[in-house]
Amino acid sequence: MLNVGKIEEGYVLDHIQAGKSLTIYHLLQLDKTDAQVAIIKNARSNKMGKKDILKVECPVGSINLDILAFLDRNITVNVIQDGEIMHKEDLILPREIKNVIKCKNPRCITSIEQGLPHIFVLSDEKKGSYRCKYCEGKYDQI
Amino acid sequence: MRHLINPLDFTVEELDKLFDLASDIEKNPEKYAKKCAGKKIATCFYEPSTRTRLSFETAMLNLGGSVIGFSDAGSSSASKGESVADTIRVISCFADICAMRHPKEGAATVAATHSRIPVINAGDGGHQHPTQTLTDMLTIRSMKGHLSGFTIGLCGDLKFGRTVHSLINALSRYDDIKFIFISPEELRIPDYIIEMLKDKGIPYKEVIKLEDTIGELDLLYMTRVQRERFFNEEDYVRLKDFYILDKAKLSLARKDMLVLHPLPRVNEISVEVDDDPRAAYFKQVQYGVYVRMALILTLLGIE
Repeated sequence: MLNVGKIEEGYVLDHIQAGKSLTIYHLLQLDKTDAQVAIIKNARSNKMGKKDILKVECPVGSINLDILAFLDRNITVNVIQDGEIMHKEDLILPREIKNVIKCKNPRCITSIEQGLPHIFVLSDEKKGSYRCKYCEGKYDQI
Repeated sequence: MRHLINPLDFTVEELDKLFDLASDIEKNPEKYAKKCAGKKIATCFYEPSTRTRLSFETAMLNLGGSVIGFSDAGSSSASKGESVADTIRVISCFADICAMRHPKEGAATVAATHSRIPVINAGDGGHQHPTQTLTDMLTIRSMKGHLSGFTIGLCGDLKFGRTVHSLINALSRYDDIKFIFISPEELRIPDYIIEMLKDKGIPYKEVIKLEDTIGELDLLYMTRVQRERFFNEEDYVRLKDFYILDKAKLSLARKDMLVLHPLPRVNEISVEVDDDPRAAYFKQVQYGVYVRMALILTLLGIE
């Protein structure tokens, strides 16, 4: 059994689908911060069989976690302060997603225009569906 | 700065004001003959469209302004690989307003993001064609006197027909509207339009045969099955003659129903229908010039 020490302040992202932790690490742009990060892959889980976990030592509020709601609403976000879980953060779908997913419509301007950011806008909060800002094509959930 | 990318960019009140202005232009064209003196419109057409381009150019010339532009991608820097974003930055230095047609969906949104002058979406692929929508609405308003309380049949290519999508979006904001979608299975209205109608509680139905429903309609909007929207020629040939409006079908319609069509027509409306008083499609072209004149004045902020 692998042991990773407690963190004093930051986040523990639990119940990440096994194998997705590195994708999330990059999408949260943790590679661009000085934060200490522990990436735990294929941890045993009663609920999921196996799961990934990310532990991030950083000031609370310094990371934008909105994208997690889009990626996987089952991820649990534990907010840690003074080494203890203060609360579990609710995930809210972001209004806009930039350069995370790509428009697959071959007729969309994003298919030919160089350097254009791929932007999706939340079109239906209940269904969690997003549409391309340019062609309004629907993005089918990953 | 205002642009027109989607027909919903203008509120119902703003559209009323625009249509009032267009109607005044129709009645008193001489009053507006020099309103745009010294102003230039750039018509940037990445795909051919004689009708829409000439309508914009006529509108600007009628207002006393002048015209620059290109009429296909081959004669523009796009053929050298220039992006839409760069082209509009350059055009912003030459003209006061730009009308852009592009085969890719969302191109006008990109242009508006990078432009220093108002951008009018003159058609972006199969997505939106807002000035055709304004034309259609002005025609209906001028010939019927109002824009609410209609049963509207839309017939033909409802999948790729951008004029149809734009018109549905725009008319869905008016009271007591009912839509009847008449199309083959392959060219049905897209899911996002149906979703929008369901969300707003707007009644609609989908039917296959025009004859079964034409008697219920106040307005019939015919569309062309366009070759350029198909990936495969076989599908185009099989579907292009599916819906043809002729005298026999029109005899089943109400006496005061209007037949609209964004033109160009191929053979989906038989020429024998042209002299029928219900045929409004050539009047639409004239209203298109008035509404584009009103739009240019509005976006340039000229009183």
